[in-house]
Amino acid sequence: MIRINNLKKAFGAQQVLKELNLNVPDGQATGIVGPNGAGKTTLIKTMLGLVKADSGDISINDIHLNGNYNYRRDIGYMPQQAHYPEQMIVSELLHFIEDLRGDEAVYKQELIKEFNLEPELHKQLRVLSGGNKQKVGATLAMMFDPAILFFDEPTAGLDPRSSFIFKERIQKEKEAGKTVLITSHIMSELEQLVDHVIFILEGEIKYYGRIDDLLKENRQERLEGAIAKLMEDPA
Amino acid sequence: MMRVYTQILRNEFKTLLRAKWVLGYGLIFLLLTDTLFRFSGGGTEVWVSVSNIMLLLIPIISLIYGILYIYQSRDYLELLLTQPVNRSTLFWGLYTGISAPLTVAFILGAALPLGWHGGVTEGSGSQLFLVLALGSILTFIFVGLGFVMGLWFYDDKIKGFGFSIVIWLFMAVIYDGLIMVIIFLFGDYPLETGIIAITMLNPMDLARILILMEFDISALMGYTGAVFNQFFGTYLGTLTSFGMLSLWLAIPALTGLRIFRRKDF
Repeated sequence: MIRINNLKKAFGAQQVLKELNLNVPDGQATGIVGPNGAGKTTLIKTMLGLVKADSGDISINDIHLNGNYNYRRDIGYMPQQAHYPEQMIVSELLHFIEDLRGDEAVYKQELIKEFNLEPELHKQLRVLSGGNKQKVGATLAMMFDPAILFFDEPTAGLDPRSSFIFKERIQKEKEAGKTVLITSHIMSELEQLVDHVIFILEGEIKYYGRIDDLLKENRQERLEGAIAKLMEDPA
Repeated sequence: MMRVYTQILRNEFKTLLRAKWVLGYGLIFLLLTDTLFRFSGGGTEVWVSVSNIMLLLIPIISLIYGILYIYQSRDYLELLLTQPVNRSTLFWGLYTGISAPLTVAFILGAALPLGWHGGVTEGSGSQLFLVLALGSILTFIFVGLGFVMGLWFYDDKIKGFGFSIVIWLFMAVIYDGLIMVIIFLFGDYPLETGIIAITMLNPMDLARILILMEFDISALMGYTGAVFNQFFGTYLGTLTSFGMLSLWLAIPALTGLRIFRRKDF
């Protein structure tokens, strides 16, 4: 369960998150949409503790984020752009994170196989293609079997095949009862993957609910149309 | 906590050794000491010359490497920060993980030639120790300063590098010039205590003076040397100097930690 109360964050003069309130129940798959610069990534980074909130509070699985770090054991995060220490070898990186956490990476082999990463395992990260780096990121996010998964524009750099495999995997994680949060600009993809949607505009949540309801309310067939309508008329 | 720290430390060592240039850094000192032994035949001169170069080289290399590390490792930092890891533990792991290999490279480089040039001669043991200790301390101080600059100017690399070079120039060159100006302008007043105090505020000067005292060449500095000798030569003087060096160790590292703990990544 993710609870966010009156979360505020400004970078300099720019108020990125304005008194944001949000409850995400366990096991829900939610898409986060909104124009560039709306605060999607900042929201995710604040939940991860990468960005420190100015005020308000966040609790994840009933742990307040106040300087605590152990809650991150329950979170897998795949960043928007996957960059890793360049000279490190893929297998070494995976191993290092395992050692660092002291957890067993239960799905490591499975994910390596699914994403077809075997030929890349002994290469340095700097020679990996963008898509393969993304796959390493996805593996890192999911290999510890965390209860909560954050994906920040996960399929942006993936080829169709990898993207398909990735989505299959998300479906599996959903069925396993994981809480999944995905930001994306690809509405068709969100329609496939999530059943709830959060629409953020200028640091405020303008809509949060089931995709079905949003479509009905706006008399739209597709999420893209409904979101476009929200963007035009964000009242 | 300890496990996380050692994991990070180990990884830094591995990465640095793989990058090879830290070996080159050690090699510079190795060639330096070796050449000096060959030309001067060993003894005090070797260590005076080594310390002369060390006093300039270690601060700039450590400073640049500290700041470069922060700029190069943004994604790595982000990855580590999303793991169940305490920010303070992470900071100490990275800080010591960078400073320690540089220190080891310096110590090995500077001391290895002793092996084939006849080892430590009588009376030079404490000199050698002082040079190596000061070099190590300077490494940690300036890597710390580099971290502070890198974290402070996280998104503005040009400024970060610019200020770092200015800091080094200031401490290595301008500072002494300013002391000269003060002595020149206020030569009619009793300045000794003031000058000693000012000198202590610059870790590079402080290290230089400790070396001068140890090698007993303060006489070369005339009256000022005598004053310094009077102060730094005493038990209290030594104690104060090392107290100041400890402060210099603590302040950049703790400032870096403070910024690191509050920073948005």
